[in-house]
Order: sequence, then structure tokens, then C-alpha cells
Amino acid sequence: MNVALLTRLWDEIVVPRLHIPDGFLSLPVALVFWAITVVLLLVAIRKTQQQLGERQIPLMGVMAAFIFAAQMINFPIAGGTSGHLLGGVLAAVMLGPWAGMLVMACVIIVQGLFFQDGGLLVMGANVFNMGLVTAALGSLYHGLAGRRSRGVRLVTAGVLAWLSVVAGALFTALQLGFSGTSPFAVVVPAMLGVHVLIGIGEGLITMAALAFVMQVRPDLVAVEAVRTGGGRGWVVVGLVIALVVAVLSPIASADPDGLERVAIDMGFEEIAAAPPYELLPDYVIPFLGETPLSTILAGVIGALVVALVAFAVGRLLRQRPAAA
Amino acid sequence: MPIIYEPVVRCGDGWSRAAPDAPALEVEGLHFAYPDGHVALRGVSLQVRCGEKVALVGPNGAGKSTLLLHLNGLLNGGQGSVRVMGMPVTTSNLPFIRARVGLVFQNPDDQLFSPTVYEDVAFGPLHMGLPEDEVRRRVAQALAQVGMAHYADRLSYHLSMGEKKRVAIATVLSMHPDILVLDEPSAGLDPRARRGLINLLRSLPITMLASTHDMLMVRELFPRMVIMDEGRIVADGPTAELLAQPELLEAHGLEAL
Amino acid sequence: MMLPNTLDRYHDRPSSIHDLDPRVKVVVTLLGIFSVLWLPDGAWGAYGLVWCMVLAVALVAQLGVGWVLRRSLVALPFALVAITLVFTLPGQTLFTLQLGGWEIRASDAGLVRFGSVLVRSWLSVQMAILLVATTRIPDLLHALRHLRVPTLLVTILAFMVRYLSVLVDEVTRLLRARQARSAASAQGKAGGSLLWRARIAGNMAGQLFLRSLERSDRIYSAMLARGFRGQYVTVNPHRMRRRDWLALGVALAALGMLQWLGRALS
Repeated sequence: MNVALLTRLWDEIVVPRLHIPDGFLSLPVALVFWAITVVLLLVAIRKTQQQLGERQIPLMGVMAAFIFAAQMINFPIAGGTSGHLLGGVLAAVMLGPWAGMLVMACVIIVQGLFFQDGGLLVMGANVFNMGLVTAALGSLYHGLAGRRSRGVRLVTAGVLAWLSVVAGALFTALQLGFSGTSPFAVVVPAMLGVHVLIGIGEGLITMAALAFVMQVRPDLVAVEAVRTGGGRGWVVVGLVIALVVAVLSPIASADPDGLERVAIDMGFEEIAAAPPYELLPDYVIPFLGETPLSTILAGVIGALVVALVAFAVGRLLRQRPAAA
Repeated sequence: MPIIYEPVVRCGDGWSRAAPDAPALEVEGLHFAYPDGHVALRGVSLQVRCGEKVALVGPNGAGKSTLLLHLNGLLNGGQGSVRVMGMPVTTSNLPFIRARVGLVFQNPDDQLFSPTVYEDVAFGPLHMGLPEDEVRRRVAQALAQVGMAHYADRLSYHLSMGEKKRVAIATVLSMHPDILVLDEPSAGLDPRARRGLINLLRSLPITMLASTHDMLMVRELFPRMVIMDEGRIVADGPTAELLAQPELLEAHGLEAL
Repeated sequence: MMLPNTLDRYHDRPSSIHDLDPRVKVVVTLLGIFSVLWLPDGAWGAYGLVWCMVLAVALVAQLGVGWVLRRSLVALPFALVAITLVFTLPGQTLFTLQLGGWEIRASDAGLVRFGSVLVRSWLSVQMAILLVATTRIPDLLHALRHLRVPTLLVTILAFMVRYLSVLVDEVTRLLRARQARSAASAQGKAGGSLLWRARIAGNMAGQLFLRSLERSDRIYSAMLARGFRGQYVTVNPHRMRRRDWLALGVALAALGMLQWLGRALS
């Protein structure tokens, strides 16, 4: 079978949306990401509570409704396709990283729960891909461009917005790959390819929206006006670490499909180094044996380990004086 | 008083593929029901000739706004037909229809989505692909027509309701439409702003159709009145005549003056 | 708390399903989806059984078979993601496709897996649809709160839903107004440049954002004026009755049976 051909075939049938329905992620993957999302959301709730106090309920609620509505704004790109707004970076830039995450999470929850746009068991993954990753990248804005000229700020926001779409697509593709729903060699390049282009639309709209607000209400995007800040660095660090660990760790699936299969096919399996250690070999908890429950628990434990590592590193980094 | 650049009523300019004396607007047998089942139009037929100023009155829910949204193809899918300057409103014609029919929405906030007044008024001509200097000329002209010549660089966001209404009208005038369609133009205006708007509408040399509750404005500005109720046109004639029939007015949720 | 008519998926019927405690419905739906997804590939008998259960619930809830079916087609486009399974899973070759000089083989295992993914997804979506069709949104949110979802999150969701229709309305009017002035003339090429179009879209988003911000300020003031001091108090209207426990028990038993059957039959 020819992987490159399949990739090209799949690229023709564009699947631009990132809302995964139930059934396309394996239970372990779905539950792992539910765990990660729950942890991050609880932190986001706590943080916004600290920063905003009682004001946060109407503000977060209306802002979430705003993002939902703003996702309906489109503009024609070429040949029948249009650009849309996902809004993660915009939310983080306007509201701060934690509030941004909370708002995006609400949007995706409502889309999944009330409109079946995205499944229920995979909602954790969807919130992670489209809400947490995107807002986390948006949180880099203040650190990178907070005090720079208007042009630099706009371009930074635009690039981060583009990146957020690509990152969201990457995580989606990895989740699909790890679930065995599609071979990595097809889904990763295909999704990335499509979203590298779609992300341009996101970048452009985000820049324009930010420029509008800068022009009409410059006080809102002044550095001091960031509503929830501090410690944003650790979120990004955490995500990066999670991604690296996920990619380099032993494959979750016990079947020789997915990346291993491709590796066998393409002859580079021998080159891949054996992992130096295995916490939970083949994702099996010793006393439970090879049962689905074992896999799930192993996945959850793995996720918690990742989250803890991220948290610890983040705390270490937070000792540095953060740029306001 | 606003400066009027074009004293002659514009009505078609050759390339609109219309018959020279086609009515500006021709609505025939329009039926329309919303997706939730609510029937808004039950066979509406209407003709507006070039140069006429017509008021569309009726209680809330009569279907006035629904009718207006059909005039530039924002709503479709029911039965019946709409023709503008002889050109039928079809999916392929929509961009051209929208150059001919200038629809001013009730809430000017809906229409002002650019930071500055200039950009909002320039949107229409820019979208039409007109050259830069032509766009600038049209913007200046439109703003002058509505008496906002010095507002070009102001931020729309900070204007008063009356100013926003004028700018909203300018955003449509810059497209040089054949017919100006207004949804509740005087709603929400204080007496001074309302007076300014009435004077403005009086001065515009353009075919006009306005949906309104403001009977005093109707008497002042619109020689012809169309009464709608429950999705149908129940009366259509000279304003003076219709206003002299209080029972007719009250039967359809309007107050006699 | 009402979504605009086109958005609300709740369908009021005087059925016993509609009457059930929303917590039971949420738990059963989640466990049901989990159950379905936990079934192995190719367990067609079990899948068929699930579908019968879904149909049974739809009938008892007086929703009609066709209605649920139509709504459930929403996940179709994503099926394309999984279609690669047909050609990449090793197994007996069923047929080959010639595509531009290359040959790809469809395997039986791939087809079985692809079909299973699709059917399971489809069944899951139907369960989710049944949930929202038989449960009012305020009740759903209450159920979430009872099920230990943080109160703050649920309250924010409630606010969001409340203002969803307002904001969707506003954006629709903005889009409509843009459409109304999106004209073409004989002179120039209509549409403007890509960057300009993106600018306009961004302007609309920015406008909407600022208005939403101010709206939330007004709402907060109104809440303060009504004595809000940071605590959102809700009345608990839900009490588990005997029939709710019964429904829960029956559902759990059915799902358990399903798992056993699914593995025994495949």
C-alpha cells in the first residue's frame, strides 16, 4: 500500500473542522485527554476566580457567547472556501490566558453537548485541541510582544493564531493516530497540510480584530489591562513537554498498526531506539494484566505524570520574574 | 442644508439591463415562511415607480421587515418574484441587485462595522471594485449628502444614535443605488435628530421605500402609503386619503392622527 | 433559558423519558456511549442491539424514528478520516483500486474496522441526540452541577446559553448588513482583495467583541443592583424518585448485558 498516495487522496477530501465525534478516538486516548483537560480547566477556573472575582461570571459567559457567535464570521478566500475564526488566540490576548482557556472550553462544551458538534466522550480531547492549546499559544503574546510597537504586536498575534490552528490540528492528528483510526503517516501530513492553509485565515482575522480594538479602545489592550496573567509560561511548557513525551514514548496501541506498521513498511523500524525504560510496559498495569481497563488506567496514570512534570517545571520557571 | 450633487432622480443607467421605463421595484405574489413555520408573507404584490416615495406601515409582525429583506435577496426560498429596474432577483444576480437596492437597517450598529466612518462608507464602493479615487469621491459625496462631511475620520463606535443613522444612510448612498429602502428610519431618535433625518430624507433625490411607525413623518414625507397586516397588503394609495380613514388605520394597529 | 428556535434541539413531548431525572439521563447517555465505544470491532449483533435500544427509547420518548436518524448524520464528514483504515489494515485483499498509476488494496479487516468505527460513532451520536431532545437545557445544567461539575463552570455555561441567542442574532445581522452592501458593478472586479476581506471580517469580530464587553458590564451592574454578591444560588428542583432509580437500574443492566453479548457473539 502506498502511504503518499493515500495522503494525497485524503488531502483532496478536505476535512477542515477539528471537532472529533465519538468513536474516532480510542477509549484510552479519549480518557487521557479528559484527564488532562479536567486538570487544566480546574486550574483555569481557580485562576480566573482569583483575578476577576465575582465579575467573572457575566464576563466569561458573554465572552463565551461572543466567541461562539464570532465563529460564524467568515470571509471568502478562494474558489468557494472561506476563512473562519476559531478564536483561541484572540480570547487569550483579550482576556488573558486562563480566562481565554475557560471561555474557549465553554464554547466547545456547548457545541458538543447541545449541538452534537463533537462527541461527549472525546470532548476532553476537543477542548484540549481547540481550546487549551490555542489559548495557551495566545498566552505567549504578552510575553513576546506586550511592549512592542503596534505592528509587531499585530504580527505576533497573527502568527500565534496561525500556529494555534496548526498545533490544534497536530494534536488532533496525533490523537487519531494513537487511536488507530488513521495511520500517522497519512493523518499527520494531511491534517497539517490543510490547516497550515486554514490557519492563515485565522491569523488574518485575529490580526484585524486586534487592530480594530487597538484603534477603537486602545485602553483594553494595553499591557496593564491583561485580566488574568502570571504563570502563563508554564502552560506552554507543559504542553510542549506533553507533546514531546507523547511522540517519543512507546506506542500506546498493542496492535502493530499505526506508526509501527508504517515503520515496518518503510523499513526504518530497526533504526528506532528501544526506550531506555518503561514505566508501564505496553501500557499494562502489572496486577490487572492485559485488559482494556488496564490500558485505560495506564493512560490516565501517564497523563497525570505528564501533568505533574509540567506543573513542577512550570513552578521552577515561575521563580523568574515574569514580564508583566 | 446638505449639498445636493445630483438634482435629477437616478433611475437605471443603461447597463442594468432594464427597460427604460421599468418600475424601480416590482414585487409579485411573494409568499414566505420562516424555517420555524411562521408564515410572514401571504401573497404580497407591490410596484414602486421611479422617483416615488412610499411609506410601508403596519403593526409589528405584519411582515414589513420580511418584505424589505426580500428586496435585495437577503431572504428567498418562498414563492413569488421580485424585480428591481426590470432585473429579477435571482442568486446569480444578487451582487448586481445589491448595487441597485440600498437597504438601511433599523439598527445602525448592524451596519457600521469598520473603525472609522470613512471606511464604513467606503465599504460598498470598495467591494464593487471601483478605483481608489472614485471611491474617495463617492465617500465625500455621500457624507456631504447626509450632512456629515467632517466626520470621515471619526470612530463610528463613539457617535450618537442620530449621527450613526446618518452614517448608515451614507454607507448605502455611496453605492449609488436606484432605490433607497429604509427599515424604521426614525426609530430611537430624539426630536432634534429625528427632525434632521426627516430633512435629510426630504432632500434626497432618490426613489424611496420606508417601513415605519412614525405616522407624522409619513404625512410629511411620503405621498403614497401602503398598509400591511398579517403578511398581506391591505391598502395602497395616496397618504392623505388613507389617513382620512381612521377606522381603516385602527383596524390594522395604527393610530389615526 | 432558550436558544433561538433554529438552535434549540429540545423537543417537548409528554413522555416518561422527558420526565426522568436529568441526572439519570446524563449518566445513562455517558455510560451508553462508553459502552458502545468499548464494544469490539465487528460485533454487528451487539451494534444491532444498541440500535434497537436507541429506537426503543426514541419511540417511548415519542420522538419518532426518522427524526433521530436525520439528526444523526451530522458526523458523516468525519468518516473520511477513518477511510484510510480500509486500505492500511493488513488482511485479506477484497479489491484493489487503481489511482493514477498506483495500486491500493482494500482488506477485509480494514473494511470491518472502518465499518465498526462508523457504526459506533453513529450510535453514539444518536444517544447524544436523545439526551438533548428529551432534556431541557436548564435541567441539563442542573444535572451537571449535581454530578459534581464545578458550580462556577455551570453558571458560566448558563450565562453563555442565555446570551447565545442575543449574540448569534447580532452577528447574523452584521453578516446580513455586509451582504447587503456586497455588490458588483460593471466597472471593477467585485470582492476586494483577500487582505481587505479579512480586515472587514476582523472588524466585525472586533465590533462584536467590544459590544459584548460592554454588555457584560451592564449585566454585571444589573446583577449588583439585584443584590448579587458573588454567590450564584440555584434552587434544586430535582429529586430522585423510584422510577428514576428504576430507569437507571434497567439501563445499567442493559448496558452490562450488551458488553457480555458483544464479546460472546464476536
